Amino acid sequence: MSELTHLTLADARDALRAKKISAVELTRAHIEAVEKARHLNAFVCETPDKALAMANASDARIAKGEAGALEGLPLGVKDLYATEGVHTQACSHILDGFKPAYESTVTSHLWRDGAVMLGKLNMDEFAMGSANETSYYGPVASPWLPTGADVGAARAALMTKDKIGLLTPGGSSGGSASAVAAHLCLAATASDTGGSIRQPAAFTGTVGIKPTYGRCSRWGMVAFASSLDQAGPIARTTLDCAIMLRSMAGHDAKDATSVDAPVPDYEAAVGRSVKGLKIGIPKEYRIEGMPAEIEALWLKGVDCLRNAGAEIVDISLPHTRYALPAYYIVAPAEASSNLARYDGVRYGLRVPGRDISDMYEQTRRAGFGAEVRRRVMIGTYVLSAGYYDAYYVRAQKIRTLIRQDFETAYANGVDAILTPATPSPAFGIGEKGSSDPVEMYLNDVFTVTVNMAGLPGIALPAGVSREGLPLGLQLIGRPFGEETLFSLANVIEQSAGRASLPLAWW
Amino acid sequence: MSVDQSTVRRIAHLARIAVREEEVPHLQRELNAMLAFVEDLNAVDVSGVEPMTSVIPMQMEWRADAITDHAGTAAVVGNAPVSEDGFFVVPKVIE
Repeated sequence: MSELTHLTLADARDALRAKKISAVELTRAHIEAVEKARHLNAFVCETPDKALAMANASDARIAKGEAGALEGLPLGVKDLYATEGVHTQACSHILDGFKPAYESTVTSHLWRDGAVMLGKLNMDEFAMGSANETSYYGPVASPWLPTGADVGAARAALMTKDKIGLLTPGGSSGGSASAVAAHLCLAATASDTGGSIRQPAAFTGTVGIKPTYGRCSRWGMVAFASSLDQAGPIARTTLDCAIMLRSMAGHDAKDATSVDAPVPDYEAAVGRSVKGLKIGIPKEYRIEGMPAEIEALWLKGVDCLRNAGAEIVDISLPHTRYALPAYYIVAPAEASSNLARYDGVRYGLRVPGRDISDMYEQTRRAGFGAEVRRRVMIGTYVLSAGYYDAYYVRAQKIRTLIRQDFETAYANGVDAILTPATPSPAFGIGEKGSSDPVEMYLNDVFTVTVNMAGLPGIALPAGVSREGLPLGLQLIGRPFGEETLFSLANVIEQSAGRASLPLAWW
Repeated sequence: MSVDQSTVRRIAHLARIAVREEEVPHLQRELNAMLAFVEDLNAVDVSGVEPMTSVIPMQMEWRADAITDHAGTAAVVGNAPVSEDGFFVVPKVIE
């Protein structure tokens, strides 16, 4: 274990500024950690030379007293952010060999602020999945060992391609969550369409925030479902997430849905009192068959916020149960449209065919994995003539009702809503969804409402399961209420303590 | 609602995804499982409800109709599987 990789992002930043450590030595420690952890499969592309060049430049700026907000801090980048000249494939075969000629807005903000890029992180193909099992590059292992697992057996499982016998870090941002939890990077970018930041954060004992829709620019992010996709960070503490989000967020003329509003100093919100804040507890999230330990965790969160002076109120969000089915119409519909661009002509894979139509069909058959093909087909169906009103328009109406549920709660004075983040702790790789895709989809039952309503949501570790695996709580905020979420999350973090992340066994 | 096998083939073609004949029954099962999952939505009374168009209310901005960035032809075709003289090359589409 290297002490440098076990610093929090905030502590590393302060040590760099105080010139107690250099960006180059911090970066070297992380490059080494990434190399040693290759079999976790968290990184799909390592950029050590680039990282060291960036770290050198950071040290020069620090020496000149010109350090940016993230100066010299080594980060991982989810493979769906376009990074100029560097592997960018959203972990799909269809983007084979794609190297963008441009940089995504979010990552360009990170580099503007001096951050160091370690490489690109594994994910579910086009962010479609909840266990990082749909990646063309294979599943990611969580650094958390299954209960009672023998380290020798775990190491042997790690060497196999399918990694059966190990735990999933969740998805779609499985590489981001695994890398952060395994201390391979100080923080990582992630993205969230239905829970892809918050579920992996909950599974790995890390903190992840999906900000309000429009808070971060989507320009240069590989699109999945444009009305739901939003960028956000995964880090090891609430404070680290706050520091990351401040850099990532901000208006961008290249994304018409990015909001032109100043980015608050989120860091200042961490540690702020939550006294008098009104926290809603939605009764509809007490779902049938919810494990007792999840219920107990939720109550613990309630007690913690109450002890800190927050007022707890019961609320109702009556359309909650319709959010997941409506999502599985809206998201595939938007995906079928967004993924139409992968045609074997402008970038990526091309498989020859009898004529141009056959070339499209063969290319998309070979280039997309089974889950992506399934979702594109469902999306095509719900948008097709005769079904558009019955499925797509109805789902968009239900989305209006879901947002109105939240608006009603907020109009009644609720400042934030507390729920569990996931219905269970992390499960084993390959354990779910093989016979019925819907089984996997149920992972997002608590997170998906937030995307449907465009709201901010943060997930953070708040306890452990019977087997000692991390369990997460979720706080849902008002539109652009990220500061309130950081204040509340910090209170829970202080009370529950940070997750004791596993030491390297890999 | 559920889909039959000829609908599966039609959707696959609309989506421009080649499917092998032996995959059709499996795909039909999976698509029908998803359609059964969303069946619940029919229970919701949506009369008088506007479909959502923008999740966060925002005003679209006007901008000057001008070229703001252009990386050049080489960058545009740089990732193409096949290109020639700055053009994307595709199979013949006009006989």
